[in-house]
Formats: sequence, C-alpha cells, structure tokens
Amino acid sequence: MALRVHVDVVSAEESIFSGEAEYVVLPGEAGELGIYPRHTPLLTRIKPGTVRIKVPDAEFEMIYVSGGMLEVQPTIVTVLADTAIRGGDLDEAKALEAKKAAEEALQNRSAEMDYAKAEAELAEAVAQLATIEQLKKRKH
Amino acid sequence: MASGKEIRNKIKSVENTRKITKAMEMVAASKMRKAQERMRQARPYGEKIRRVAAHLSHALTEYKHPFLVKRDPIKKAGIIVVTSDKGLCGALNSNVLRNVLNQMKDLESQGIAIQATAIGNKGLGFLQRSGASVVSQVTGLGDTPHLERLIGPVKVQLDAYINGEIDQLFIAYTRFVNTMKQEPVIEQLLPLSGEVVGSESARWDYVYEPDAKSVIDDLLVRYVEALIYQSVAESMASEQSARMVAMKSASDNAKNVIGELKLVYNKTRQAAITKELSEIVSGAAAV
Repeated sequence: MALRVHVDVVSAEESIFSGEAEYVVLPGEAGELGIYPRHTPLLTRIKPGTVRIKVPDAEFEMIYVSGGMLEVQPTIVTVLADTAIRGGDLDEAKALEAKKAAEEALQNRSAEMDYAKAEAELAEAVAQLATIEQLKKRKH
Repeated sequence: MASGKEIRNKIKSVENTRKITKAMEMVAASKMRKAQERMRQARPYGEKIRRVAAHLSHALTEYKHPFLVKRDPIKKAGIIVVTSDKGLCGALNSNVLRNVLNQMKDLESQGIAIQATAIGNKGLGFLQRSGASVVSQVTGLGDTPHLERLIGPVKVQLDAYINGEIDQLFIAYTRFVNTMKQEPVIEQLLPLSGEVVGSESARWDYVYEPDAKSVIDDLLVRYVEALIYQSVAESMASEQSARMVAMKSASDNAKNVIGELKLVYNKTRQAAITKELSEIVSGAAAV
C-alpha cells in the first residue's frame, strides 16, 4: 500500500479538512512546500494562498488560507489556519472587490494609513483569486 | 389558618415569580444553543494546537522559549479565573471558586504567592473578598467571547511570566460536558505541561522556516490565545446551560408551591362554606 499522511486543516471557526492524503502542497513563508509522507519534522508560518491536498483516488482538495502555522510530523500534517475557506466556497466577485479596494488604498498613500496592513490585504485578495483561477482551470 | 384573601395573594405572587423564571429559562435555552455552537467550533483548533504544542514540548529545540522551560523553585504563581458576569445559574460559579480557593490554599501552604486575573464579575467579587491580589480584570463580556477584550488582561500575566515575576500560570474555568453536566477544572497554562520537556529520549528537532525563534514565538502566542478563547467559550456555554437547568427547576418548584397553596385555599373555602351552612341550618332549627 502506498504511503499516506494524515492531514488536518483547522481554522479558529471550524475544522476544514481531516483525512488521509498522498501529499500536500502549501505556501510556506520561505516558498512553496510539497510535503510527502515521512517528511522530517518542520515548523513554519504560511502565507496567504492555496493549500492543495492530494486525496487518494480523487482530485485535489483546494483550501484557501489567509495565513497561519504549519506543523509537519512524519505521519501527521497540521495546518492551523487563521481563516480558511474551502475552494468551492470562494466568491470571485468579493475577492476582486477586495483586491481593488486594497490597491486603491495602496495608491492613496497620502493619508496616514497603515501601509503594511493594506499590503497584507492585497496579498490575501490576490491569493484568493489565484485559488479561484486554479479551480476554474480544473473545471474546463 | 390564613384567610382566603391572604392565600390568594400568595398564589398570585408565586405565579408571577414562575412567569419570570419561565421566561429566563427560555432566554437561556436560546442563548445556550448559540453558545454551544460557538464552543464546538472552537474545539478542533484548540485540540490541534494542543497537539502541536505537546509535540513541541517534547522536541529537543535549539531555542528555549520561556513558556517551555520549567522553573524551580516556584516563588509566585498566576491564576486566571473564568466565571460568569451574572448569577442565577445554580452552583456553576461557586464550584469554580471552591476549586480556586483550594488551589490557592494549596499554593500558599507551599509558600507560593499568588496574583490573580478575573474574567467575569462573580470571580472578581470573590477574589477581592478573599483578599487575593488582582492584577487585571475584564467584566461585562456579554454573550460572545471576544479575543480582543480577553487578550489585554491575560497579557498582564504573560508579561509577568516572561519577566520572571511569576513562575507558573493556571487557568480555572468550567468545562462543558453536556447540558446537564459541567465540571470545574484548573489547568496549568504555563509552562507547557508536556511532562518531560526536552528529555533525553527526544533526539529530534524541527526544521524551522525562517528561524526557530520567530516561529516558536508565533506558535505559542496562538496557543495561549486559542486556549483562553476556548476556556471562555466553554464557560459561557456552561453558564447558559446551568442557568437553563436552574430556572427550569425554579419554575417546577413554583408550580408545586402553587398546587399546594391552591389545595389549602380550597380547604379553607370549603370549611368556611360548611361553617356558614351549619350556622344557617341551626338558626332555622331554632326558629
């Protein structure tokens, strides 16, 4: 039997995904990470982006996360997401709106605004859109 | 025996009390559903972050965060007491506070000083009465736990821990078991209670990205926040359940009292009628 790794994705609001997987792809802080079973223990922050979980004998499970922590043990992968949304529930219109708002906020820097916060918001919106794009590609 | 009018007034007043307790029962029941839902949603995150923290406390980490290091001897301890703001919820608060009192006595007998944080009005009143030093407090939380409001008072204790003013931190709250059962618990929040921190058997360490310090710092902040949030959410769900049960038994008691009073009332009424009748009959016989 092929090796499997147990994956848990939880956000503060609910448990998003829990089950066996062949491998997981996540946006780590230092770059994209691909985690296979028997990975060495790893602890890192994750950036806004898509967590892709290869479910055995099925398609990828796509989950959008806005950041959080990742713990890898040889047999368990735990994603502690700040907010996580299952790919199918993402709303493209809302994400586009958020992106536009964040971009505008970045351009009107004259006011005493929180630059870092606006930038983080933009990164989140862009990551959401990327998840939606990936989902679309799969459907067509 | 009391006169008919007096008993009627008494029945009226018990009926009014019953209306109030019945209304409070229904309010608590609807709030309870929401509070339980919130608590259930918070549980998976709390469980997972506990697991990660337990792994972490067993690893042979290159960077020792103060939260992970056991201190000896313990000179001073902190305790966070989570209670409700309002009463009328049965023995809920007194159970938590009895536990706290025992714990405080225990620590004091070992010569450990205590500083307390109160979350909720009832605990605050108790701590002030018992003469404990209350370093921070938050009351009037309402029906939803807001992390922003909780984190300030808790940070006072965390800072004290980091600065070495306290060597241990406990949290006392009510764990929700089910609607009928809630149990008061005291847990050690800091240092992380993984039994053997960095023991000889642990010969592995994580790979950290970007570096151990910032990742562990980040994780432990989340850990403490998640635990505090969860204990407050559990306490709130317990509060509403306990209140619903307490108000239900109050309504039932009122119903029994009304039944008994009605019996007494009818008896006196009948006695009065019988007396009047026999007076009329004996009067007629005399004529």
